[in-house]
Amino acid sequence: MNRWPDVDAVLVGASAGGVDALLKLCAALPADFPVPLLLVLHRPASGGSLAPLLASRCALPLSDAWDKQPLRAGEVLLAPADYHMLVAPGPCIALSRDAPLNWSRPAIDPLFESATDVFGARLLGVILTGANTDGALGARALRQAGGELWVQNPKQAIVPTMPQAALDLAGADLAPGIEEIGHLLGNGKWR
Amino acid sequence: MNSEDSQLFDLEIKALLEAILLHYQQDFRLYSPASLRRRLRQALAQSGFERLSQLQDHVLRDGEHFTRLLQFLTVQVSEMFRDPAYFRSLRENVLPELSTWPSIKIWVAGCSRGEEVWSMAVLLKEEGLLERSIIYATDINPEALRQAEAGVFPLDRVQRFSSNYLAAGGRGSLSDHYHAAYDGIVFDRQLKRQIVFADHSLATDAVFSEVHLVSCRNVLIYFDQTLQDRAVGLFRESLVRRGFVGLGSRESLQFGRHAGDFELCFAEPDVRIYRRV
Repeated sequence: MNRWPDVDAVLVGASAGGVDALLKLCAALPADFPVPLLLVLHRPASGGSLAPLLASRCALPLSDAWDKQPLRAGEVLLAPADYHMLVAPGPCIALSRDAPLNWSRPAIDPLFESATDVFGARLLGVILTGANTDGALGARALRQAGGELWVQNPKQAIVPTMPQAALDLAGADLAPGIEEIGHLLGNGKWR
Repeated sequence: MNSEDSQLFDLEIKALLEAILLHYQQDFRLYSPASLRRRLRQALAQSGFERLSQLQDHVLRDGEHFTRLLQFLTVQVSEMFRDPAYFRSLRENVLPELSTWPSIKIWVAGCSRGEEVWSMAVLLKEEGLLERSIIYATDINPEALRQAEAGVFPLDRVQRFSSNYLAAGGRGSLSDHYHAAYDGIVFDRQLKRQIVFADHSLATDAVFSEVHLVSCRNVLIYFDQTLQDRAVGLFRESLVRRGFVGLGSRESLQFGRHAGDFELCFAEPDVRIYRRV
């Protein structure tokens, strides 16, 4: 049974310092995680896949996303290198090679904004550590549509710029540390 | 954007796409809404108008506005030999097989400004196949096609093209195939003799030739599943038996209607080359 009746998907955006944060977050997810989880991590176009590393710490199936891949409960999809990852009706993944945003492709804003177009309020967004302001606009769109937003406490983030930018523009429903984020996601008891 | 604004924006997109179809016979209605929304928001921001319905008025009455909008809706900035592993696999795996045919036809579908078309021509020349090959380079954007046909690229992009060319297994130097002109480079006329540039829409047109390889990379990602199925159906119809389809590194045929008609070949990460079964 879905312990999160109000949420259809969880979105997570991370940049500088994000590999470490995502490893902690992935390790905290239980095998019966009830919704799809979509991850964007900034990285160079030629960086290769991070999926095998993250998957090795995660109880859930985790892989780079394919274009038009359907979203499934309990599956973790990672934005592939050199593509933006968006959500289209279906719901499924829609990839894009449009220009980088904030010098990043993948960028976080396209995921948060497109998912908000599809799911409206039925989203949980999480902005983690990072050195630029990507994700702030998407976080604001998600919150304005009535979705739940958590922003990693900038004081506890490896690089505070990105969570601080999201807090400044969008505010947040919670601003926990990464361990607490993992704990809350693992238990699903936050509403 | 609050939800009412967002709904109105979607309604304006629908109206704009219907109007473009009726007036310009270009069909964007089955483009993936996720990317379409972003691109139209960008086009609107650049246009200086506040609402898409205002922009629509100008797009309908002034062809220049439509031309500009087309750049947002269709143009992909690419590089020559982009994703070198793909071109390396064409060189090492696909072309040796195609060389057994007396003549070789290749369709670069959605060629935009032609970076991939000229890469393909260079590849064929270096493998000694150019003289008996024809490359069909198609797109729906006349301005992009015109640029593709010119084969002229700015000098500041050439270094990147050259390093991709080498990573893709180039047999000499990319400069063997172009000469300097204006503020850039222009590819040799000998390559161009084997290329046919044509206006063709994967959304509305039919198959025009039998081909041995379709290269269509990072074009289908902008289509919804229905339109992808149509396009892949055209590829299937166009291909000889055992003919090849090359896609972008995270594009897949497995979610579409024609999944059973193709098999993935050459198990290399980030290279998606299928063949018709």
